[in-house]
This record gives sequence, structure tokens and C-alpha cells, in this order.
Amino acid sequence: MTAQLLTFYLFSGVILISSLMVISTKNPVHSVLFLILSFLNAAGLFVILHAEFLAMILIIVYVGAVAVLFLFVVMMLDFKTSINKDNILQYIPIGILIGVVFIAELIIVLINTKFDLSNIQVLPNPLSDFTGKSNTEAIGSVLYTDYILYFQLSGVILLVAMIGSIVLTLREREGVKRQVVSEQLQRQGKIDLVDVKSGKGIDI
Amino acid sequence: MIELNQFLILSALLFAIGVIGIFLNRKNVIIILMSIEIILLSVNLNLISFSYFLNDLTGQIFSLFVLTVAAAEAAIGLAILVIYNRNAGSIEIEKINALKG
Repeated sequence: MTAQLLTFYLFSGVILISSLMVISTKNPVHSVLFLILSFLNAAGLFVILHAEFLAMILIIVYVGAVAVLFLFVVMMLDFKTSINKDNILQYIPIGILIGVVFIAELIIVLINTKFDLSNIQVLPNPLSDFTGKSNTEAIGSVLYTDYILYFQLSGVILLVAMIGSIVLTLREREGVKRQVVSEQLQRQGKIDLVDVKSGKGIDI
Repeated sequence: MIELNQFLILSALLFAIGVIGIFLNRKNVIIILMSIEIILLSVNLNLISFSYFLNDLTGQIFSLFVLTVAAAEAAIGLAILVIYNRNAGSIEIEKINALKG
């Protein structure tokens, strides 16, 4: 069990350090790369917690799609950031204050509270029916039956997000020549069919 | 053996790092979006650790939905960022004051 504990400390340490680097580096590209590192280690923690499906989904969706989207935007936009030291230093005290208060409150609550999980009444336990099955199979058999409405609604959310981002970034350029097929097909009386004699040519 | 409190403290620290990132950053909006992603990651960690220690699958299902919403939010946020940068020429938070708030 010490190996498990060591793995936990390794992953959580890397997560904390890389998240601190995300919010503290100057270069946004480095921030995205540290975010990817943080997500990968979080996937490791999910594997420790026996949530293998979500670990793989985290790698595929976050590292494969969201982080690459961030990377695209960071690299394609030309940020003209003027680094003004006074304005940055102005917000450090309130940030530190809020952070220290936040961490202190949460840690005090968590240290003083010993969660007695044996007394908690959970709903009719979904996992206990799936003792022989893998994590993916168990999630599938719950997600497509008990949570089918929420599953469909999350599909609708993704559809709305897709349409919204396409509509937002769509741009009509002025003065670009392009083919309009319907106008071409509607032309009337502008074409003459001429029977050309061989060797004589035509006069226009 | 790892206890539940260790996971909860880790996700509390991650949440606090995300909140501090939102407050400290005054240069560009992208870092704020990344801080929101860190916050959602800590929420996911919380849900999954409770799911493991309660031996209940519901936490993992909800973590899946949080992941979906986070992906949609990142896409919309980045699209808004792109058109704002196209219209205003800058995404510095100091200069975003169109509403004079």
C-alpha cells in the first residue's frame, strides 16, 4: 500500500506544481503545456481511484481536444500584451489574501472533519450490481438507462456550443468573387447557339 | 492506504489555485479560461474520490457531465475571445471596459 501512497503523492505534487506554473508563467503557450501536464497527472489519479474510463476520457477530451484548442487559439491570435509591472503588482495583495483565506478555510474544515462513510446512506448502490464487470461496462449500463435524459441533454448542450461557436466566428468578407450557381442557372436569353460552317468561321 | 481527506485536500488546493489565478491574472483572458479548467478539474477529482470511497457510480456519471459542460464552455469562450480580439485588437483585461463597469 505504500507504493499506492507514493504514487498518489507523486501525481498530486506534479498536479499542484504544474497548476501553479499555469497561473504564473508569462508565456501563454507554456501555460497550456503545463495545463496538459496537470491533466495527464489527474488522469493518473483517476486510475488510482479505479475510474479508468474517466481517466481515458480525460486524456482524450481534455488533452486531445480542449488543450489543443487552447493551443491553436494562443498560437493563431497575435496578442499584443503590454506588460506593465505596476498593474500586475497592484493585484497581488488581494489575490494572496483571497487565496490564503480560501485555502485556510478549506483545510481547517477538512482536517477537523473525519468523514464516516459507513453511516452515509447512498441510493440503491449501482456499483454493487456490477462486481464482475469493468468500469466502462458499469458506467454504460447506468448511463444509458437511469441517466438517459441527462445524457441526451448533454448532447444538446454540445450541439448548442458547436452552433454557437460556428456562428460567432463566421465572417462574411466583402468584395470576394465567388460562384453563385443559382444565378448561373437562371440566365435567360444570353446564349446563342450558332451553327458554324466548316472552314468559314463566324462574325461576332 | 490513501484516505478520502487526502484527495479532498488536494482538490481544495487545486480549487484555490484556480481562484487565485483568476484574481492575479490581469494580462489576458486565456489564462482565466485555463484557471476555470483547473477549478472544474478539482471538482471532478472531488466527485470521483467520493464515488470511489462510497462505492457508488453516480459520482463518475456526474463527472462525465461536468466534463461535457467544460468542453462546451471552453469552445464558446475561445470563440468569444477570437471575435473580441478581431474587433478590439486586444484581449488585455485592463482594456476591456466597454461597459464602463
